Amino acid sequence: MNKYHRRTVLRGLLGGAAVGVALPVLDLFLNDSGKAFAATGRRIPVRFGSWIWGCGHIPEKWIPEGTGTDFTLPPDLEPLAPYRDQLAIFSGFDVRLDGVPNKPHVTGCLGLRTGIPVPNDRVEAPTLDVLIGDEIGKGTRFSSIEVSTSGIQRSYSYRAAGSPNPSETSPLALYKRIFGAGFQDPNAAGFTPDSRTMVHKSVLSAVTEDRKQLMRSVGAEDRRRLDEYFTSIRQLENQLALQLEPPAPVENFTIPDPPPDLVLDSEMEHVMETHKLMAGLLARALQCNQTRVVNVLFSDTTSNLRRRGSTTTHHTLTHEEPVNPELGYQEQVGWFATQSMLAWRDFLDALAEIPEGDGTLLDNCLILAHSDCSIAKAHAVEGIPTMVAGGAGGRIRTGFHMAGKADPISRIGLTVQQAMGLQVESWGTRSMETRRNIPELLA
Amino acid sequence: MNKGLAALVVLVACQLLPGSDPVAANTPQAAAPAAGSPGAGSPAAGSPAAAQPVMRRLTEAQYRATVADIFDPGIPVVGRFERALRSDGLIAVGTSESGLSPFSVEQYDASARGIAAAVLSEAWRDQLLPCQPAVANRFDEDCATRIVEHFGRLLFRRPLSDSETGRFLDAARNTQQRLGDFYSGLEFALVGMMISPDFLLRIERVEPDPAKPGHYRLDAWSRATRLSYFITGSTPDDELLRAAGAGELDTEQGLAHQVERLMASPRFANAVRVFFDDMLQFELFDDLAKDPVIYPSYNSAVAEDAREQTLLTITDHLLTRNGDYRDLFTTRSAPLTRSLGVVYRMPVATRNGWAMSEFSERSGRAGIQSQVGFLALHSHPGRSSPTLRGKAIREVFLCQHVPDPPVDVDFTGINDDSNAARPTARDRLEAHRTQPACKACHTLMDPLGLTLERFDGVGGFRTRENGAIIDVSGSLDGREFEAAPGLGQALHDHPETPRCLVSKLYRSAVGRKTVAAEKPFIEQLNQIFADNGYRLPGLMQTIAVSEAFYAASPPSTDEGEETVAAAREAQGDPS
Repeated sequence: MNKYHRRTVLRGLLGGAAVGVALPVLDLFLNDSGKAFAATGRRIPVRFGSWIWGCGHIPEKWIPEGTGTDFTLPPDLEPLAPYRDQLAIFSGFDVRLDGVPNKPHVTGCLGLRTGIPVPNDRVEAPTLDVLIGDEIGKGTRFSSIEVSTSGIQRSYSYRAAGSPNPSETSPLALYKRIFGAGFQDPNAAGFTPDSRTMVHKSVLSAVTEDRKQLMRSVGAEDRRRLDEYFTSIRQLENQLALQLEPPAPVENFTIPDPPPDLVLDSEMEHVMETHKLMAGLLARALQCNQTRVVNVLFSDTTSNLRRRGSTTTHHTLTHEEPVNPELGYQEQVGWFATQSMLAWRDFLDALAEIPEGDGTLLDNCLILAHSDCSIAKAHAVEGIPTMVAGGAGGRIRTGFHMAGKADPISRIGLTVQQAMGLQVESWGTRSMETRRNIPELLA
Repeated sequence: MNKGLAALVVLVACQLLPGSDPVAANTPQAAAPAAGSPGAGSPAAGSPAAAQPVMRRLTEAQYRATVADIFDPGIPVVGRFERALRSDGLIAVGTSESGLSPFSVEQYDASARGIAAAVLSEAWRDQLLPCQPAVANRFDEDCATRIVEHFGRLLFRRPLSDSETGRFLDAARNTQQRLGDFYSGLEFALVGMMISPDFLLRIERVEPDPAKPGHYRLDAWSRATRLSYFITGSTPDDELLRAAGAGELDTEQGLAHQVERLMASPRFANAVRVFFDDMLQFELFDDLAKDPVIYPSYNSAVAEDAREQTLLTITDHLLTRNGDYRDLFTTRSAPLTRSLGVVYRMPVATRNGWAMSEFSERSGRAGIQSQVGFLALHSHPGRSSPTLRGKAIREVFLCQHVPDPPVDVDFTGINDDSNAARPTARDRLEAHRTQPACKACHTLMDPLGLTLERFDGVGGFRTRENGAIIDVSGSLDGREFEAAPGLGQALHDHPETPRCLVSKLYRSAVGRKTVAAEKPFIEQLNQIFADNGYRLPGLMQTIAVSEAFYAASPPSTDEGEETVAAAREAQGDPS
């Protein structure tokens, strides 16, 4: 079925009414750098994800021996051996503070995601996932989807300081949002556009008619907020436009089952289970083009993860647990750090499980995984552990470990944006400002 | 400030950032209305400008109350609300900074569709619509216009302009053409209104003040809206909008009459509840989890009831009894449910709902700071936290901000609560009070929180920790005392306690920090509050009828002239 044919069908169905429905922007016509599906001839879009875990790492268990392609996976990364060639591991890259007070667990995380360290929660938005979404996410039902898997309503994805993109904390709510009302099975036979959806969409355009006048009547800061509102309205219109189109078929896609009711809290076992379910749902959402950007908060940066029956959380332990003299590190903290990497593998499993084109969904994703600090005990933002996974549809190279030697961590953010097709030459401010990408990562 | 200096400040001084009245740095642009606009003279030379109008997003509580009031409490709100932005200690202030993400608009849209579908459904429409169409399958323009104008005025908190009415009428007409039904047409017109910025955002507008040339004030609709959400937590009702339209809010008498009327309505208590829910940071209950092995008595019913218990205590004391605000910290009043009875280890006669009870002397409790709603909220999942509790007392009740811990914290070996040599939190926190890097700030928090140590991580009473007797002595700004009742009395007597309430209440009402021009007014309010024996209703009334509450400067924009011109245009003033 080609686009002209669809339009004809639409007109026919609506009895010749003045429809004026914009066709959805299909990747077929947009994206010339992806690879083609074997069967349909459509190009495969690239997707972006970020995956955050809190409270850093135990360096001796996480930093690989050797750099370049010749490195040994350390114990905490050992479970990721199946993905060795699809991982780029970055150690020793710093968030540089330039004298900005380090707000524990916040400055590092936001500094990495914006290139600008801030002394408080006033993030210098947008975060890089939003910048990337604006480039690759147009024309999908959701501009991005955020989840938090440890029961905490927190998000590190911001278009503006006053409006984080909120995280779903329940797999069931996530399921309903993606696969509930408004979802179209891409492989369903037959398609009838819903006339109520059409009416709904035209009502939204009426809402925006006073835009200019309204913008003039408020102060400069409020105008920016209004602009954000209108951007969100456009996203909603876009969702409706997509519902008026027969969805493009997706190979190997089946609608997932609704997730079971789970205990949603910060107990590690529960979190692992919640995370696995959410990862699976996000992978399906990416597969059938509901979104191209996902942001996962496995544990908050001030990690509230805990073991059943324990009086202390992961974060509290980082400050209170004595170093085990035999091991040379905090043993219980180490346990949480190890578990976090197991969860990271679960996330990659969910993407790699889905066949797409000649490979898997993971091959067409770029996932940036990072923490908020290196050594949580000291809140150190030097050497924040960071990884890039996936193939980005052939746009990146992986399978290496790079020691940053105190380079600004914004080099990673810059390179990731370039890999996602953004025309950006320099990113970050002051000594985080960099024009040096990481050539090893770019294909 | 360089890093070294920052560290030094924390180390030596750990200054409490003065709290009760954080004054916004009034921007220089704000001080002078847009230059070059004729007639836009600045206020009396040298005096600081009134604050600019704000654009506030409806909170979840306001949205729900508004929908219930305009339509019916039985109309469902199906969309979800994300965690509200808290700024300057209040969600109410966050509303003037918060943006609208794609998620929030998507959810507002879901709510709008659900509400509109319910309102126009057969079950509700006869009751809620101002008219019925002559024939449902033909477009009844008169009735449609009446419906659009009726709901438009209530939803936008002002009459619709002709073009707005026309636009929503078009939506109704076009929809009916397509779907063939009058009610579906109005349903989508209603969806349009409820997803409009004019509904979701309280956009305040200014007009030239006719009494004072060169000065501005909020227009009547903005004043009605500010007043209504302050006094009722909800949208202006029909009568308030009528009064605004008739110019009655411009007269002292007319305004006083409306304030009196609104304060007498049952919605007044709702406004007070919502304010304290915000002040006490109760939205944090949504994320609160306790370890089920350590605290088997805690569950979601306890969480819900704990939140309600404190709000009931507050409204009962401040409204029903018109009590002294400071007595909230010493009251032994204890509304209880069966679930709460388990945590408090008190018998509860009723199986369903609430029973009023009193905490005995032996309970060790007095004041809302000794209720589960405070104690559980400011604890860890598996244990209490004198530090978190002390910090919350400073920030919530005294409006003082305690700085973040230094980056380089190391409590190793101190806080391990299985450490036999340090069985109690006091022992474990000793290092905080002895290590210079920790001491400065922890002496502000721990001596307060330690007095609440007879309550565990969910607020259950205990006298021992790990077998050792718990010492509950402590101090607040030089005054020494013991246990929760001692802390309550100290808070009761602390000069910042009522000042903090005044500050938070006022900032909540205006949705922003106070500006320099308001300082004298705030001082006046502090005095009035003291003079009336710290009664909240009197304080709220004083604010609501004051001129200062509605003062405004035109918004500063880089197109300031246009804005002022727009205000003048809206006012019908061509000059």
